[in-house]
Amino acid sequence: MFKKILVANRGEIARRIITVAKTMGMQTVAVYSDADAELPFVKEADEAVRLGPAPAKDSYLNVAALLEAAKRTKAEAIHPGYGFISENAEFARTVADSGIVFVGPPPEAMLRMKDKSEARRLAAAAGVPIVPGSQDTLPDVASALAEAERIGYPVLCKAAGGGGGIGMAVANTPAELEKVFRACVDRAKAAFSRDTVYLERYFPAPRHLEVQILGDLKGHTLHVLERECSIQRRHQKVVEEAGSPLFLDGKNAEVHAKLFDAGLKAAKAFGYANAGTVEFLYSEGQVYFIEMNARLQVEHPVTELTTGVDLIGWQFRIAAGETLTVQQHEVRRRGHALEFRVYAEDPVKFFPSPGPLKVFDPPTGDGVRLDAGYAQGNVVTPNYDPMIAKLIISGSDRLDAIRRAKDALAAFRIEGIKHNLPLHQRILNDEEFAAGRIDTKFLDHRAKS
Amino acid sequence: MADVTAHITGTVWKIECKVGQQVNAGDTLVILESMKMEMPVEATDGGVVKEIRIKEAQPVNEGDVLIVLG
Repeated sequence: MFKKILVANRGEIARRIITVAKTMGMQTVAVYSDADAELPFVKEADEAVRLGPAPAKDSYLNVAALLEAAKRTKAEAIHPGYGFISENAEFARTVADSGIVFVGPPPEAMLRMKDKSEARRLAAAAGVPIVPGSQDTLPDVASALAEAERIGYPVLCKAAGGGGGIGMAVANTPAELEKVFRACVDRAKAAFSRDTVYLERYFPAPRHLEVQILGDLKGHTLHVLERECSIQRRHQKVVEEAGSPLFLDGKNAEVHAKLFDAGLKAAKAFGYANAGTVEFLYSEGQVYFIEMNARLQVEHPVTELTTGVDLIGWQFRIAAGETLTVQQHEVRRRGHALEFRVYAEDPVKFFPSPGPLKVFDPPTGDGVRLDAGYAQGNVVTPNYDPMIAKLIISGSDRLDAIRRAKDALAAFRIEGIKHNLPLHQRILNDEEFAAGRIDTKFLDHRAKS
Repeated sequence: MADVTAHITGTVWKIECKVGQQVNAGDTLVILESMKMEMPVEATDGGVVKEIRIKEAQPVNEGDVLIVLG
């Protein structure tokens, strides 16, 4: 195992990785920006190195400063956490070239996952179900209508050069598609100077499911069951859980098996090693591959708490060349876990709300875990994303976890900033949530007040 | 006279108006950036931009006056 590791991240995930590494007997190095000098992760590491000023490009994305810090402290490995440089294949390669181990997948696998259309093609070739769509761009209305017939309505018309929702439109019928197709071609021309568009099946309210993967460098790959992350705002997850309510009490067993099979096939197609996650949409009994994330997920604790598999520990062991000793048949779920992302933001409009944490008094109790990046007295600055902590609750089953979560949220006190604890309470009190009937549009129309 | 204030704490990313410009209610005057989000600040009433009290990249607090309309 490594003697000393550097954590190239901040906040709760840096703190968590430092704790795990210490438990495994490693020395730890934190790196920080000027904005974060007072945060717990900096103080809890054995050593701390300043990277630079607050903006991420000058600090947590500053490859030269990160490498310099690792060399100066003689760290043998760099753990990137999530976000920042975690999915940067070039960084991973540069680290390896410097004789330091990057705790993550091989750079080649990262590149295969990064290009979305290439990832989709690889997954489809491996027999993983993907969102039905036209193979090529469509030259005219007639070919669009023919393709839509094959794909099934509603369809989403997308500009080939596009991104971020620009030039996208939904058509529910052939008549609508005729109109939408022409408008989409015009917009594609105006926005991207290309008039090429393609079609994809549109899912009005899908669920977001994902499969946790672990693989070693010798080709032993297994899945560590699923998570559901359908409760989202602005395409960012707010509440996650393991397992998915869709599969509780042995329901939808066929889909469940298909999901794991597809997750493993995708991971193998990318040549994956270390911890990663394959994301899927679920709609009307079918799962569809979206992408694979080449890193630890924010929501990994709900998997750890319900399976007992130490994901960060395995990341280090796999990176150090150890063989995965967990066998697929040993991966079993016990109980249920929910994760609530605590955001420094208005709980209704979701506007960011940085400021001083005058009071930060988290709950304690059976099944209550808090992964927090901040402590009382720290200042939440506007420089990074708004997640300040994760409240993770486990229980003997989903209802038990919900009950404990209600108590924990009621006891959680944060003052000085606006935060989304009231939103979490509204979600927990929602009957549809309690019944497990959730989808990615849940927060658009429920838990409003 | 109407003051247009910052609805969030963050930094000024872009100023989308000029002194003397006629604006309508709902027009974006300034874009603030905070916690990896860009948040437009819109005119609540129509009017003429009398004064711009901020510069790009300047940190602002919630409630600070950014633009004065007349």
